[in-house]
Amino acid sequence: MPSVSMTVNGRTVSKEVEGRTLLTQFLREKLNLTGTHVGCDTSQCGACVVHVNGQSVKACTMLAVQAEGAEVTTIEGLAKGDALHPMQEAFREHHGLQCGFCTPGMVMSAVDLLQKNANPSETEIREWLEGNICRCTGYHNIVNAIQHAAKAGAA
Amino acid sequence: MPDGSVGQPVTRREDKRFLTGKGRYVDDLHRTGELAAVFVRSPHAHANVTSINIDAAMASPGVIAVFTGADMEPDGIGSLPCGWVVTDRHGEPHKNPAHFPLVRGKVNYVGDHVAVVLAETPEQARDGADLVEVDYEELPANVEPAKAMTAPLLHEDAPDNLCYDWVLGDEAVVEEAFSKAHHITKLDLVNNRLIPNAMEPRAAVAEYDSGTDSYTLWSTSQNPHVLRLILSAFVTGIPESKLRVIAPDVGGGFGSKIYCYAEETVCLWATKKVGRPVRWTAERSESFLADAHGRDHVTHAELAMNEQGEFLGLKVDTTANMGAYLSNFASCIPTYLYATLLAGQYRTPVIVCNVKAVFTNTAPVDAYRGAGRPEATYLLERIVEVAARELNMDPAELRKRNFIQPDQFPYETPVALTYDIGDYEASLNAAMEMIDYAGFPARKAESEKNGKLRGIGFSAYIEACGIAPSSVVGSLGAGVGLWESAQVRFNATGTISVLTGSHAHGQGHETTFAQVVSDTLGVPMENIEIVHGDTGQIPMAMGTYGSRSLAVGGSAIMRACGKIIEKGKKIAAHLLEASVDDIEFKDGNFTVTGTDKSKSMAEIAFTAYVPHNYPADLEPGLDETAFYDPLNFTYPAGTHIAEVEVDPETGVTTIVDWVAVDDFGKIINPLIVEGQVHGGIAQGVGQALLEHGVYDPESGQLLTGSYMDYCMPRADDLPSFRVGMTETACTHNPLGVKGCGEAGAIASPPAIINAITDALGIMHMEMPATPEKVWRLAQDAKKSA
Repeated sequence: MPSVSMTVNGRTVSKEVEGRTLLTQFLREKLNLTGTHVGCDTSQCGACVVHVNGQSVKACTMLAVQAEGAEVTTIEGLAKGDALHPMQEAFREHHGLQCGFCTPGMVMSAVDLLQKNANPSETEIREWLEGNICRCTGYHNIVNAIQHAAKAGAA
Repeated sequence: MPDGSVGQPVTRREDKRFLTGKGRYVDDLHRTGELAAVFVRSPHAHANVTSINIDAAMASPGVIAVFTGADMEPDGIGSLPCGWVVTDRHGEPHKNPAHFPLVRGKVNYVGDHVAVVLAETPEQARDGADLVEVDYEELPANVEPAKAMTAPLLHEDAPDNLCYDWVLGDEAVVEEAFSKAHHITKLDLVNNRLIPNAMEPRAAVAEYDSGTDSYTLWSTSQNPHVLRLILSAFVTGIPESKLRVIAPDVGGGFGSKIYCYAEETVCLWATKKVGRPVRWTAERSESFLADAHGRDHVTHAELAMNEQGEFLGLKVDTTANMGAYLSNFASCIPTYLYATLLAGQYRTPVIVCNVKAVFTNTAPVDAYRGAGRPEATYLLERIVEVAARELNMDPAELRKRNFIQPDQFPYETPVALTYDIGDYEASLNAAMEMIDYAGFPARKAESEKNGKLRGIGFSAYIEACGIAPSSVVGSLGAGVGLWESAQVRFNATGTISVLTGSHAHGQGHETTFAQVVSDTLGVPMENIEIVHGDTGQIPMAMGTYGSRSLAVGGSAIMRACGKIIEKGKKIAAHLLEASVDDIEFKDGNFTVTGTDKSKSMAEIAFTAYVPHNYPADLEPGLDETAFYDPLNFTYPAGTHIAEVEVDPETGVTTIVDWVAVDDFGKIINPLIVEGQVHGGIAQGVGQALLEHGVYDPESGQLLTGSYMDYCMPRADDLPSFRVGMTETACTHNPLGVKGCGEAGAIASPPAIINAITDALGIMHMEMPATPEKVWRLAQDAKKSA
């Protein structure tokens, strides 16, 4: 079995994995980071979005071995201790989540949006979120939360 | 001190764990020694299973067991039941063919459950499943409800593939009304099949403890007690006292997680068989194939009117697709949750509805957000719109002319419901003002200048939810009562655990219920924990569906709080040396009337558990359980108005404005209620514009079996919504509340189709209004113009 090493949420990890192991499986099964969710099998839903070397990535589209040497941040690594990241805080304040299942991917995706575009329009936010499906909120409050996070300078 | 939080937009207490990746869903759980289950599913829509060879699978690395239906039969594993017996028009019970968790000799839809493979890892189980050799003798299949009665037979005990032929209302009386009509509007329509798609796929973990001969099942259930009841009483025979069902965090349900499914049943049975925990998580492809689907009606309707446009009578003829087997509550959806809503907000004096429920080679169909009420609302609000166009009347005016008036409540409809209260014109007027209806012609003209077709569409909906009085549903064939339970358990230090039967999977109960308890008992919210989803902790309960959590579950909590206060008064009277009748409870304090002698709730709780100075005839402890059986449904109602712009060159429909004015009675948390409305509208817009569960009519294959093929609403498909409220408090529950969870999905489809057909200048089109369909209609309209 090949082994893979990477930095996840600031901690260096090294594990043996099957070649076919996806990054999602690696995070969930090997590291018990179950905040990264699996909502589909066609890389459509975005529940598994994490950051790899600072970029948002659907973790189901990568093999674990492809993340060799990478810096990975999952939803568990976003808050600083008890202090939520401003994007998490905005989702909480504006009711940007209901069942919570799409939420980790949605938040990680939104954080990357503001890294790339600190002041997006509503249209730009909606187009950016095209790869993240939410069945509960109708996106209204998610968009609202991201707009408020942008105003608060969350990038 | 109380928070005074009822009515305030309190942010949700559950959010922190979800936002930090600390939610705990079934697939996040692991048990020592667990095996992974993978199901072998039918690739055919209809076939006899002639042989199953498991040798190669058993020899595959890591595979521990392979089971088929033949293995379950000797253990007495029963059929997955239907819990509601509909009596047909001849007085006969509906046909309920056997539905075994693993098939016995015949498959009836693509995705049907043929065998299960248990292995050390999910990958090994999947590899093993590929090696199970199944020989099929293919049979002709039918997936279309309209053809079901002449199609090849699915079940020997359901002739003509007919589940029931049911009628509500008196045909002769309605014919008499039609004979006096000035105008009759006729409409044929389809309510398209939907696939629910909660974002968390279903999952189950089952564990048998041989030491106590007991089982634990972790399941993605909306109603763990109902699941336990079904598994115990009808399927496995495991006593309820030996089966604990836990539904932890659940990632959305929308109805699809009400039911007892084959997969969790097999896991529960297999864990004892192999002596190890068994876990299964659906892949999304399996969710598409084997979750219960929704809607799928074909309907002809006729509305009779007099010269003034007053409704004289309504005739409805519907064929409802049940799928291959009857799911747990499938039978009641197109009957008691559909035909009973056909009065809508109107005074239509006579109504008759005939429903034929049929079996087809498709996934079972059951309740999906709204469940019957969206189908009724779509039909009614479409036919009223068509009638307005045929009569050349303003659609708002025609509606107003027929509305039940505020002074007519309680109002008994001709279809078996009694509406307690409402003010439909208030909602309609508010919505028209919000969207500036008077300014619509100018906006339409502006769109025309830009080559766009603008349309506006109303939906004045009502729904019956907060289900339901047990005696009523019992008389209609339900096998269960639809009350709810609550337990309010004080600890000696004054904190409270509130145990509720209402499971939360996105609805925010941990916040809303805590607001209710905080205000009622005068205890700060941070001292209140809401506990749900575990049959091992919570009294027998009925769970979450039909927008019932606050109206029924919240009322049970109120009743338990009432018992706490009554007992607290007795303790306070003793401590304060006063008569119980002289004790008042307010803002968390028990006070002797007219004095400043007072005891706080915390002091009373402490005294109840440390009863050194205590009434001789009173039990220690402050822990009260209550059950609440609603007196009626609640009837949320309102008006949604959609304004759309259609590009005739591309067929693309853009929702340019959406206003929703709903009457949910008293609002506990407006932030959460508005969120429910947004989500409901999005699912309704999905039905109207994007979503359609399609089977190939020849092969019976599901053509929309992934997110590449089934068009889920994405952020860039939707607008922001404008939400307003009117309020008539529910008259029969202690909170004055009505359900809000399903209203958006019920109201929205006709609003958008009314808007698009208005834009195109046509009477009707079928959902979903995809760009291709809209473009073709726009081209036709251009040609005929």
